[in-house]
Amino acid sequence: MNELSKSSDAKTQRRKDLSIFSLSSRLRVFASIAFMIFSFSVQAKIETVQFDTEQKEKDYKVLIAELRCLVCQNQNLADSNAELAQDLRRQVIELLNKGQSKDEIVDYMVVRYGDFVMYRPPLKASTVLLWFGPVIFFIVAAFVVASFMRKQKQTNNVEISVEQKQKAHSLLDE
Amino acid sequence: MSRFIVPIGFIVLCVLLYVGLSLNPREIPSEFIGKAAPEINVPDLYNESEIVKTSDMKGKVWLFNVWGTWCPECWREHDYLLKLSRMGIPIVGLNWRDERKEAKSMLARLKNPFVKIGFDPDSSVAINWGVYGAPETFVINAEGIIVAKHTGGVTPSVWQDKFQKHFGSL
Repeated sequence: MNELSKSSDAKTQRRKDLSIFSLSSRLRVFASIAFMIFSFSVQAKIETVQFDTEQKEKDYKVLIAELRCLVCQNQNLADSNAELAQDLRRQVIELLNKGQSKDEIVDYMVVRYGDFVMYRPPLKASTVLLWFGPVIFFIVAAFVVASFMRKQKQTNNVEISVEQKQKAHSLLDE
Repeated sequence: MSRFIVPIGFIVLCVLLYVGLSLNPREIPSEFIGKAAPEINVPDLYNESEIVKTSDMKGKVWLFNVWGTWCPECWREHDYLLKLSRMGIPIVGLNWRDERKEAKSMLARLKNPFVKIGFDPDSSVAINWGVYGAPETFVINAEGIIVAKHTGGVTPSVWQDKFQKHFGSL
């Protein structure tokens, strides 16, 4: 291992992102924070690609935006500089040039890498919560807020009137 | 009624978050368990004129191990792969995104546990097998069906828990 790093340090560094277990967990946390911060501003230097039709080019852009880089999971294929992402982009180009449609290419990737490879997961039993969770949370939250407000209004009314009544009584008794 | 909503909601949220935390995002479920092993079809690391094929291994239970000299965990698991090969387990290697020279010198130093090694510098085989990191190891049965997969280094406990049962009595 030491000898390896000496002999090809730069290469190891460059290829590190391919090896899942090479980063310590702490480094991984730093890396993911860095990704989150910089992913907005930094676009990977993507090879320029020439297609013979405009449709293919359009499909290519959609595909690499929707397919996820499996090495750096918070990036899509378009953003990622990881070597596997480069190879996957090349694969997408090859398939497009072979005349495959967008759906066929997504299927090709899903067969190999699973639903995980898609940034837009399909609606299935295991993803129901993912799709409808936010709506459910919103409804529950709206219900809680509404009932809370109603209760507050009621108690306020009662308290005020009781106080006022007592005050009125004591004033009257004097 | 509304008195219970907040605590119940809180508990539900806690359960969801707890389950979410225990999931490992690196553990991408393999699509391949129970399916036929994809083709390898690339030249051998040592012998460029020989094509390494999945069908060559038909009738045997075998391991398919994806490795590279750039992958530290591959160096770590190497000893155990040697041990498995001494036990008579056929291991086909896939040298992924590497250079012939470096791959050969690593095996010259650590010894070679593989019966064959496909050389895959541009991920064509790796993508076909849904590989996203190294090391990754598959178990393929005699009918050519993938029956198990492990992401990460092969260790004695991985062998005992995931792989051994597929090899019958050794």
